Amino acid sequence: MRVMHYLQALRGIVARELLRFVHQRERFVSALVRPLVWLFIFAAGFRSTLGVAIIPPYETYILYEVYITPGLLGMILLFNGMQSSLSMVYDREMGSMKTLLVCPLPRWYLLIDKLLAGVLVAVLQAYTFLLIAWFYDVQAPLEGYLTVLPALILSGLMLGALGLLLSSFIKQLENFAGVMNFVIFPMFFLSTALYPLWKIQESSELLYTLASYNPFSQAVELIRFALYGQLNLYACVYTSAALIVFLIVAIIGYNPSRGMMQRKGGAAA
Amino acid sequence: MKKQLMSALLLGGMVSGSALGETVYVTLEKDNALAVVDAAQRKLVKTVKIGKRPRGIVLSKDQRQLYVAASDDDTIQIIDTDSLKVVGKLPSGKDPETFAMDPDGRYLYVSNEDDNQVTVIDIAGKKAVKTVPVGVEPEGIAVSPDGKWVVSTSETTNMVHWIDRQSLDIVDNTLVDPRPRACAFSDDSRQLWVTSEIAGTLTVFDVDTRQPVKKIGFKIPGVTQEKIQPVGIRIDKDRRYGYVALGPANRVAVIDAQKLEAVDYFLVGQRVWNLEFSPDQARLYTSNGVSNDISIIDLKQQKVLKSVAVGQYPWGLVVKP
Repeated sequence: MRVMHYLQALRGIVARELLRFVHQRERFVSALVRPLVWLFIFAAGFRSTLGVAIIPPYETYILYEVYITPGLLGMILLFNGMQSSLSMVYDREMGSMKTLLVCPLPRWYLLIDKLLAGVLVAVLQAYTFLLIAWFYDVQAPLEGYLTVLPALILSGLMLGALGLLLSSFIKQLENFAGVMNFVIFPMFFLSTALYPLWKIQESSELLYTLASYNPFSQAVELIRFALYGQLNLYACVYTSAALIVFLIVAIIGYNPSRGMMQRKGGAAA
Repeated sequence: MKKQLMSALLLGGMVSGSALGETVYVTLEKDNALAVVDAAQRKLVKTVKIGKRPRGIVLSKDQRQLYVAASDDDTIQIIDTDSLKVVGKLPSGKDPETFAMDPDGRYLYVSNEDDNQVTVIDIAGKKAVKTVPVGVEPEGIAVSPDGKWVVSTSETTNMVHWIDRQSLDIVDNTLVDPRPRACAFSDDSRQLWVTSEIAGTLTVFDVDTRQPVKKIGFKIPGVTQEKIQPVGIRIDKDRRYGYVALGPANRVAVIDAQKLEAVDYFLVGQRVWNLEFSPDQARLYTSNGVSNDISIIDLKQQKVLKSVAVGQYPWGLVVKP
């Protein structure tokens, strides 16, 4: 197998994801509406609630909408990761996954391609959101819009890998509601996306511990620091480690001989 | 060689760093101290103990000395800006809080809140030359840049007292909204701005007629009206924008000084009290009484750059180039 073939497969998968993205405008709009509702409505109600302590990377007092923006970028990546997991289940049910999997390239490679394609779409959405937020007066330093890109990609990959991992467990499309309740909501609310860790600690030590170990928290912090041109090394290492773990388990999960699908007797096995 | 080059570069950087920036001196009411902030590095560099309960602060005309009202010592201390040592004191009368300096730097005018009077101090002679009786609890005080007027506002009488600077007699009194706290003249001496803490308003007076021309209110989304308590004022030299500290609203209001309306608000620390420009008026410094810090605002970018912790109850501040 030559490099050309690998590239061709990557191009095919990314093009398919982009085509889907372009054709399903509603999906794009609805994916944007969610964080915008949080920004314009939810954050407006809590506008002046923070601002009693300065936490890095901020150097002065900030409004709630400034605080919540990196969390909402994380939300976009989280929902996209889950969306691609949903589409994997759909592909499996519809049979289009078979077409993909008969491709004579390693399965791990195809899964990573799929992951990259999903992240590309998510990053486009994240930048559109940042542009709208800019006009809403939530503005980061200009260089921050560049430095946030690697953070968005790494966080997107990690959450996408989590989505892949979950999709290897989900047998049918209907089970996806469970993912919403058991993964997305706890992950989002038990994180630093909406409240800083010190605020969570004030209310409960247990929630604080859970939130600080939540990989989504670390992804949000990575994005938050990067948006202000700073590297949060701990968050970066934590997110990378989570990506590696999720990806390995997902690849094992998709292996027909050893994977979860085999054990569970899934449709694609 | 490499080491030498590195240290030369570092030293060069440090020298140019301090040459670029100004120094901010902040009185700390509860710490009985003076904080020194390097504005270029945006860092607290030193804190020195001074008199008890220091509040009002003014930089001398030659910029080599600071005058600080040590309220509980009933005096104004003279502090050398380089050595930061107390080198003398001025007889301010009881419980001095706010005071203003003549445009020529010869006299200080001090509000004596408990004695309902303004004390005039000859700085060179270090003696009080006159006391002017004013309304109950005088607070805000300002001298017009053209040297014609000294204005004192009394918190309980709710009045602006217009004192002729030559004769040092009250010429006129004008009623103003409840609890007038601070006052400031525009650079052309044609307008006087007065903040009323309880009413939450800023009143703009025409100096020629000594009558109010506009009353400005403030409205901040997400902040209740009773938290809006205007205090310190600064007006830029071209009278394009003025800035008003809004106390527990934790905001500094930006006033369009031509249209006389609030156009924007900067979020700063808690209970923002007093304001000061950088010498080029490109930055504005705010003392935040409850959050124990000062905020640095870039007026060109219209952005709060940083809030620097300084010590307990920062009250007044001056900026030395």
